[in-house]
Amino acid sequence: MCAAITARQAGASVLVIEHAPKYLRGGNSRHTRNLRAMHSGPVETLVGAYDEEEYWRDLLFVTKGKTNEHLARIAIRGSIDAIPWLVRLGCRFQPSLTGTLSLSRTNLFFLGGGKAHLNVLYAAAQRLGVELIYDSEVREMPIENGRVREIRFSHRGFPATVKAKSYIAAAGGFQANIDWLKANWGARADNFCIRGTEYARGRVLRNLMDQGVATEGDPSGCHAVAIDARSPRFDGGIVTRLDCIPFSIVVNREAKRFYDEGEDFWPKRYAIWGKLVADQPDQMAWSIFDAKSLGLFMPSVFPAIEAPTLAGLAGKLGLDAEALTTTVAEYNAAVRPGSFDPTIHDDCATHGLALPKTHWARRIDQPPFYAYPLRPGITFTYMGVKVDENAAVHLGNGRPLDNLFATGEIMSGNILGEGYLAGFGMTIGTVFGRIAGRGAARHANQ
Amino acid sequence: MPINDLLTEIEAEAARQLAICNACRYCEGLCAVFPALQRRTLFESGDIGQLANLCHNCKGCYHACQFIPPHAFAVNLPQILSEARFESYAAYAWPRPLGRLFENNGVVVSLIAALGVAALLIGVGLAHAPADLFAARTGPGAFYQVIPWGLMAGLAGGVTLFAVLAMTIGAFRFWRHTGEGGPATAGAVRPAALAAGDILTLHNLGGGGRGCNDKDEGFSTLRRRLHHFMFYGFMLCFASTTVAWIYDHFLGLVAPYPFFSAPVLLGTTGGIGMMIGTGGLLWLKFVTDQAPTARRLLGADVALLLLLFLVAATGLLLLCLRETPAMALLLAVHLGFVLALFLLLPYSKFVHGLYRSLALLRDRRERAASLHAHSKG
Ligand SMILES: Cc1cc2nc3c(=O)[nH]c(=O)nc-3n(C[C@H](O)[C@H](O)[C@H](O)COP(=O)(O)OP(=O)(O)OC[C@H]3O[C@@H](n4cnc5c(N)ncnc54)[C@H](O)[C@@H]3O)c2cc1C
Ligand code: SF4
Ligand code: SF4
Repeated sequence: MCAAITARQAGASVLVIEHAPKYLRGGNSRHTRNLRAMHSGPVETLVGAYDEEEYWRDLLFVTKGKTNEHLARIAIRGSIDAIPWLVRLGCRFQPSLTGTLSLSRTNLFFLGGGKAHLNVLYAAAQRLGVELIYDSEVREMPIENGRVREIRFSHRGFPATVKAKSYIAAAGGFQANIDWLKANWGARADNFCIRGTEYARGRVLRNLMDQGVATEGDPSGCHAVAIDARSPRFDGGIVTRLDCIPFSIVVNREAKRFYDEGEDFWPKRYAIWGKLVADQPDQMAWSIFDAKSLGLFMPSVFPAIEAPTLAGLAGKLGLDAEALTTTVAEYNAAVRPGSFDPTIHDDCATHGLALPKTHWARRIDQPPFYAYPLRPGITFTYMGVKVDENAAVHLGNGRPLDNLFATGEIMSGNILGEGYLAGFGMTIGTVFGRIAGRGAARHANQ
Repeated sequence: MPINDLLTEIEAEAARQLAICNACRYCEGLCAVFPALQRRTLFESGDIGQLANLCHNCKGCYHACQFIPPHAFAVNLPQILSEARFESYAAYAWPRPLGRLFENNGVVVSLIAALGVAALLIGVGLAHAPADLFAARTGPGAFYQVIPWGLMAGLAGGVTLFAVLAMTIGAFRFWRHTGEGGPATAGAVRPAALAAGDILTLHNLGGGGRGCNDKDEGFSTLRRRLHHFMFYGFMLCFASTTVAWIYDHFLGLVAPYPFFSAPVLLGTTGGIGMMIGTGGLLWLKFVTDQAPTARRLLGADVALLLLLFLVAATGLLLLCLRETPAMALLLAVHLGFVLALFLLLPYSKFVHGLYRSLALLRDRRERAASLHAHSKG
């Protein structure tokens, strides 16, 4: 949307081809809540300051260096101008949501969430005269002599072709393409939930790769978190996330623990649990806690499974009652007294377990007992097309295509090769969207 | 979030959806409903009553929601809160059996309006010989030649007193129900002043500063402005009647009054405002995206808007034609609509104003209490 609006503002006539029906437009962006913005003083609802160096250090930390500094800094700096531009289009922000105070300095929250934010952008695009078609899947973008010749797409089931002077790919990741995930994860992928749109099938990315376009980012990597196993297969969104793990023990189908639940603060460990659960039998796990811990974390969409005894709980979960009771008994026996404090790395830890829980460990002994079932939930995939600072897409031979630009998830692997920084996905999409829109319009107006 | 077994079917469905919102919270900045929701740990019937009556039905949260039907989570908050609201009107109604009037309320409102008009027309028709009925009348007391002053005042007074009594009892019932088990409240004057501001400006129809979704996923404040036309128009008409009463009672000036007199000027401006407001709101009801609305309740909404529109329209027509032979009939029709309106005050969507205002007051008091708790701890 940012790309389409920018191109239109630069005088080009623009057509947006969206695979989803209208009410599902906006892909994963409709599930977002904020974007991360650099600022030197309070802006909109942001407090304090967040400068380029700190932003860059945060990014370097989460990606463990798998980033392109030049492009990353363009995204970071571009976030300054992006805000007033969005506000001029009618976008509004709200103070950081309850439970996310830690982000009030770095992240701007969309008023009403990502879908409302997109509704503003769609309305602006329509006002400006951008043409939008829904229920239309882009199938192929044939490349000839270093340029895209046309787009072949299906429109409500019928084949169609459109020719333009320049093209922008903004089709998201390929996380909803289970077959593609299977190539990397095997049959395990059948048990994954996809947290966002089911239209992120990577058709455009695959077509471009097949024609020799260069890629960036880990081809098998994806951002995977542990979500409620009762979630729908697609589009469960934000409400299926679970924040209970640090206050619980997590067991697999054999009722055995498999990782230190209290290793670090939850936001720092959030994204490793998807892979951890994916490596367990049937890609299932259960987070077990007692009455003391209920209410320590944000509620999620499904109620916790509850039972007066551990054996009863095991029965409800389909776990072996004796195995679960033993695991909990061993864990309880290893818990050393400490002063429990969720806001710091406290001294509540186990002693003597082969697999310790290093913080926030308290005995699980106060009925009723609770459990949340866990499954891997895929947020997005990393691999995308290689772009340069003009958002121009590169071929494998190192040369940019003449008339193809890219923004968003389909190119964010250039900057986010690994890991994730809350709100950076939307920042990349917005900033590179504007760059791609300008580039495409310039090329078209030539 | 545990859901209480004692809820009605509609309340239970509202509680299910609200639990999803409580896990999501994206709409926090849109209106008072979401912060109020997060202040609660349980959803009892009274909580649903409060949240449902706090909702202004702006549809902002529907168009902002990633989980609208056909998503498996099927969140459609404006729709379910409308239904819960209507159910609560019946539960608070006095005398209780008349709560049944809220079922098929559209038909009830139309019938009573028709009966009101018919009664006065027949009454006037029987009381006057045809030649007398169609005589042009002017000068002070002309109206009372058609319908005697005593009858008019007695009817108006009686119906108004009954409506006030019924609505006062309804208000008490609402207050008791929504107070059961809800969050702590505090303050008196300041929360009341803030609530008055919320009521008079329709602050919650601002969509958090960007406007609501009056028609579709685009943003606007048209509904808020139309409601202002209707509300302040109604208030001007009310002021007009009050001034007329003072004229009559204390100054000995008898209606009809000249065009450039306070009652007529107030009534005319008010009537025009009401016609613009109700007409606009009716139009919006039909052009708006129907998905977030409760179709079942459309009849009730439309009937009351139409009634208000007709009260205003016949009033203005009466003003224009009061010196012609049509006056007597027009007066009967106009007063018939007015009578029906007052009869229906406690048994139509009109009560939303009462419960919405009280819900806003409770909300401001809850906010004061939670601020207080935060500043202490
Ligand atoms: C639950 C959840 C919460 C998130 N929260 C945040 C957050 O708070 N902040 C943040 O910065 N990031 C967040 N993210 C990540 C963020 O969603 C992405 O970084 C961002 O949405 C990517 O935008 P995009 O435009 O590239 O892709 P999308 O928004 O997914 O848009 C891609 C669009 O392309 C369409 N499409 C795909 N293939 C085709 C085709 N072949 N033909 C036609 N159309 C096609 C899709 O239908 C879709 O509409 C979240 C992700 C999820 C799943
Ligand atoms: S209406 Fe939808 S988007 Fe808004 S808070 Fe509820 S679940 Fe979230
Ligand atoms: S419809 Fe409007 S007023 Fe009602 S809950 Fe949703 S956003 Fe709030």
